[in-house]
Amino acid sequence: MALKIVKGSIDRMFDKNLQDLVRGIRNHKEDEAKYISTCIDEIKQELKQDNIAVKANAVCKLTYLQMLGYDVSWAAFNIVEVMSSSKFTYKRIGYLAASQCFHENTDVIMLTTNQIRKDLSSPNQYDTGVALTGLSCFVTPDLARDLANDIMTLMSHTKPYIRKKAVLIMYKVFLKYPESLRPAFPRLKEKLEDPDPGVQSAAVNVICELARRNPKNYLSLAPLFFKLMTSSTNNWVLIKIIKLFGALTPLEPRLGKKLIEPLTNLIHRSFSSRVLIFIRFVFLNLLIKNCSHSDVIVSFCYITVLISLSSGMPNHSASIQVMKYLGLLAMSKILKTHPKSVQSHKDLILQCLDDKDESIRLRALDLLYGMVSKKNLMEIVKKLMIHVDKAEGTTYRDELLTKIIDICSQSNYQYITNFEWYISILVELTRLEGTRHGHLIASQMLDVAIRVKAIRAFAVAQMATLLDNAHLLTGNMQRNGICEVLYAAAWICGEFSEHLENPVQTLEAMLRPKVATLPGHIQAVYVQNAAKLFATILKNQEGNTDSTAAQETSQLMIDRLPLFVQSANLEVQERASCILQLVKYIQKLQQKDVEVAEEVSALFAGELNPVAPKAQKKVPVPEGLDLDAWINEPPSESESEDEQPKAIFTKEEPKHSRPRHTEVDEKELARRREARKQEQANNPFYIKASPSSQKVYQETPGVEHIPVVQIDLSVPLKVPGLPMSDQYVKLEEERRQKERAEKKKKEKKKRKEKRSGRGKKHDSGPESEEDITPAHVVDIVTEEMPENALPSDDDDKDPNDPHKALDIDLDKPLADSEKLPVRSHRAAGAPKSPAEDGEAENATPQEPKKKSSKEKRDKKKDKERDRKVRLRCWKHSPPSGRKSDSRSAQSEGRTKSSKHKKKKQKKEKEEKEKKKKKKHHHHHHHSDGGGEESVQNGTVEEEEPLPVSVCDIQGNLQDGSQVVVSVIFENKSDSFLKSMEFNVLDSLNSKLQRPEGSGPHDGLTVPFQLPPGVSNEARFVFTVQSIVMPQKLKGTLTFIVKDSSTHEKLDFKLHFTCTSYLITTPCYSDAFAKLLESGDLKSSSVRLEGVNMPFHHLLARICFHHHFSVVERIDSCASMYSRSIQGHHVCLLVKTSGQTVSIDAKCDEPTLLGNVLDEIKQTFSQC
Amino acid sequence: MQFMLLFSRQGKLRLQKWYVPLSDKEKKKITRELVQTVLARKPKMCSFLEWRDLKIVYKRYASLYFCCAIEDQDNELITLEIIHRYVELLDKYFGSVCELDIIFNFEKAYFILDEFLLGGEAQETSKKNVLKAIEQADLLQEVRYTPNHSHVWQI
Repeated sequence: MALKIVKGSIDRMFDKNLQDLVRGIRNHKEDEAKYISTCIDEIKQELKQDNIAVKANAVCKLTYLQMLGYDVSWAAFNIVEVMSSSKFTYKRIGYLAASQCFHENTDVIMLTTNQIRKDLSSPNQYDTGVALTGLSCFVTPDLARDLANDIMTLMSHTKPYIRKKAVLIMYKVFLKYPESLRPAFPRLKEKLEDPDPGVQSAAVNVICELARRNPKNYLSLAPLFFKLMTSSTNNWVLIKIIKLFGALTPLEPRLGKKLIEPLTNLIHRSFSSRVLIFIRFVFLNLLIKNCSHSDVIVSFCYITVLISLSSGMPNHSASIQVMKYLGLLAMSKILKTHPKSVQSHKDLILQCLDDKDESIRLRALDLLYGMVSKKNLMEIVKKLMIHVDKAEGTTYRDELLTKIIDICSQSNYQYITNFEWYISILVELTRLEGTRHGHLIASQMLDVAIRVKAIRAFAVAQMATLLDNAHLLTGNMQRNGICEVLYAAAWICGEFSEHLENPVQTLEAMLRPKVATLPGHIQAVYVQNAAKLFATILKNQEGNTDSTAAQETSQLMIDRLPLFVQSANLEVQERASCILQLVKYIQKLQQKDVEVAEEVSALFAGELNPVAPKAQKKVPVPEGLDLDAWINEPPSESESEDEQPKAIFTKEEPKHSRPRHTEVDEKELARRREARKQEQANNPFYIKASPSSQKVYQETPGVEHIPVVQIDLSVPLKVPGLPMSDQYVKLEEERRQKERAEKKKKEKKKRKEKRSGRGKKHDSGPESEEDITPAHVVDIVTEEMPENALPSDDDDKDPNDPHKALDIDLDKPLADSEKLPVRSHRAAGAPKSPAEDGEAENATPQEPKKKSSKEKRDKKKDKERDRKVRLRCWKHSPPSGRKSDSRSAQSEGRTKSSKHKKKKQKKEKEEKEKKKKKKHHHHHHHSDGGGEESVQNGTVEEEEPLPVSVCDIQGNLQDGSQVVVSVIFENKSDSFLKSMEFNVLDSLNSKLQRPEGSGPHDGLTVPFQLPPGVSNEARFVFTVQSIVMPQKLKGTLTFIVKDSSTHEKLDFKLHFTCTSYLITTPCYSDAFAKLLESGDLKSSSVRLEGVNMPFHHLLARICFHHHFSVVERIDSCASMYSRSIQGHHVCLLVKTSGQTVSIDAKCDEPTLLGNVLDEIKQTFSQC
Repeated sequence: MQFMLLFSRQGKLRLQKWYVPLSDKEKKKITRELVQTVLARKPKMCSFLEWRDLKIVYKRYASLYFCCAIEDQDNELITLEIIHRYVELLDKYFGSVCELDIIFNFEKAYFILDEFLLGGEAQETSKKNVLKAIEQADLLQEVRYTPNHSHVWQI
């Protein structure tokens, strides 16, 4: 029976794998959502089980569902669980799921750091590979910072498979954590010459990507790449290198000339046709950039392009299109350097505008942008206008519209000779239905009217007609953005009202009741400009003897404005009521025959000048103004809390008024909907949206037989009063012809005069650009800038561009401070639940062996680093005599320095790693300060505050009785230190392990010497009896200052906290529960007040500083677990409410527990 | 490369790989828009389209569309080449791959893609190496996958 149950449950567990799920979904096409919701319920059940295989299966299914668009973010924690499985099968699935589902805001990502680090250093290369691949998809700035060093180490992994991946992922790391670029770059550069082609190509890839964004920093690599280009046979690599040179050549012209030969060789090498075409294109870009003088090559490129544009590859129409597209693309590149040669192919490009393929049309449009000149602008725009009329899709039409405006307005209206024509084009564009770019047209109108003074009279006349015909635009205005144009029209008419021919009529048009249907901000402009117009009208009529006209105008205002006073839009309402009162007052004065016009127009006096968009930014900050300083001291936080209850009187009221809107509940809504449907069904005039309605139409006899009258539309529908740009094109032609004729006349005259003098021939030749003069004396008003604006050149850079941060000088030598942070605090021991303790103990005897071999190979430290505990002490200079010593040493040191050079170089490599560690120290020390204090209480209680050298001590926990302490010695003095001896005064509990045969008080010789400014690391093993109490050990370091041959002594203290005896050990919730139930554990608790940080930060901090791991987290409550080196279980239950955190803890050793809790408390008291 | 999508002629998403971190909502929106635009294009049009500030390179193989988004400066042709290479890899691995292979073994399709591309860049240009790595990794997996040869997919 029991067997049957077990069997049944196993069957159930595996009853649906991914294949079954997929099949199921395909079989339930009609009720897919329902089927999937049952599947998700099953998956939730499966995730609750302890069997990792079941979980992985569930996660795999979830990944599939995620692709189908279902939200699976709730399972993020389970994904992490599967990721941390030790079996590759499951790990692979876990990482896949993570890479598909995680994004930067997924909060469990911060729990994965340790797991990823462990996988990165896994002996199995596929574990590492899978972790790197996953990481590339969800790397966050935090992960990048924490793992940068590990990944950098992997760049020199023995397996090319790993190196390749590590190199590529570094690019992602750089983007997220730009500080890593400089320290990692030397190694990246090394990889360019990696023996493995895959690694090499990866490195080329990364550097190309980096260089493309900030080429000038990579110029020094040009020789290396040059070598690679001539030697490499890998097409992919070649392509990337050529691309890189494309970015570099503009910066270094000499490079271009050098490249021509190898590139020509390349192109003659035999490639498959696909690659050949490909290389040609890349190559072309490069040539265009380089050979601005060599016409031969340009024409060669050009022929290639043309061939591809017209013929392409035979028998394959899709690839013709591909070639066409690429040809146009290449043309746009040629255009930048050789505009003339492209311009002659205008017809070909215009032809492409008729292509069926939108991509090709857009490309052609792009080209047109660069091709216009004063001469052909009108013609090109005319062609484009025809396309606008023909275009079907709104997106393409909108694109055309913006392109027309772009083309015309480019470089400060450089190519426009006739602004009347341009205004009429803009007005014509307003007839476009359903465009999104009303705003763009409006801003163009405003811009032209403001900046081109000569055109104002014409513009105002046009705008007045536009306002008059507003009903044509507003017919379906709510759904299109074209009514924005009216905003511009109203403003122009108001602001430049002196140019209006019939201001009263325009005023009347602006105050029509229909205006009230316009969007609020447009109405506001209407009202305001009606007032401006009113002022102008008054001024015009003041001179007249008959004052009735003026009074009529006032009456008109008073009659129409109340409509706007009632507007729901605040802005409109406010302006309208203000102006209404003003007009009423004016009317009163008018009735008394007082002359008011002067004063009224004074309201709107003054010219508005255009202001450059960046003007505000460029206003220099006046001297002595500190914008960051507080004006008043900010109220402390506690105060602001106190204030809350004071607001008793106003607090209640808003609550009553609000919920009104939501009172209509779902049922009520449903009822109403039903009622409405009923009503509609009974209404014979209501056209139902049912799909059958079409059928009904078709079945109705006779519909097809109704003759459709073809309307001859060869003459475009003309809007009365609206200008036609064609007219102006003709006018302009005539004008130009006239001008030319006049010029010729003049020239003839001149020639005649000259002939009499010298008789030299002067050929006027065909019309050139310069000959065309603008129709008006156009003074384009430049945009205003504030006085003494700051010249700044960073205007065009987007501050959000992630690549901007990577603009770093790479040739500068690395400074000491530039090291990758090394997180040496977290434990990454194999995941063992307490239930597996027995196994763990069996395994321990092997570990020391491993350890010792590792110690020899210094570089492998990274792996263990995780298990290290850091201790730290500051060294102080011995008494003052020392100072003068070091100074004298300095002067002598120069002659001796050459001797040490070799040594230094040798050491450099090793030192780097240590420095990195050190930086990490500082980093944490500063950023999350408090936590570190607990382990670095070794601050020496000496009087001299002058630290000469800082010594870093890292403890390494191995087994129950041994602690390995790594000490970093850094020589901060100016003299060479040698014969260092390290000694610690043993306590009963802890002893420094000394080599056999030496006495209990002998010091250990530090196996190296220290040149000035250099640091190195040594390791010392301590034997510890009991770990339940924190302890301090006193020690001394003796050394000889080489140049003065004096013996010096430094005292320090090593502080072993209880936390440092803990090892992060993952624990499954079931094992955790068993542990708690067993009753062997003593409990204790602690409360932390005023902890002001998010709960997950709090947990992360405990994990980080005190080596715990989260077992389970539910809302604001979490259980955590850790194990000491002697096998004590430490369990925490952390709860938070407000700023209070309570920690209930259980441990089989109450003293240890008490001390750990004290240390935790200390961590948080310092934050 | 910013992302890669595989979808069927019916607009069903078959595989998605994002090399830029985006929220699920954005991903869904982008996918929906792109699938619509690409499916609306006629067969004889070119493989490129400009969409927002990205370039989309797509190619249809049998009933599946392979669609990549690249940045402005990236090369279109190399992207086509990458797509083609990926299809070749799938074909080698599954042996005449068809849409069903990808549906039922979508995790394998991902694994192959991950061996071929990393962070949006081609990491291995040798087909042999990619397949070797996949096979090795598969060996580590307990259940060995046996490719299904019943479907034919012409390229």
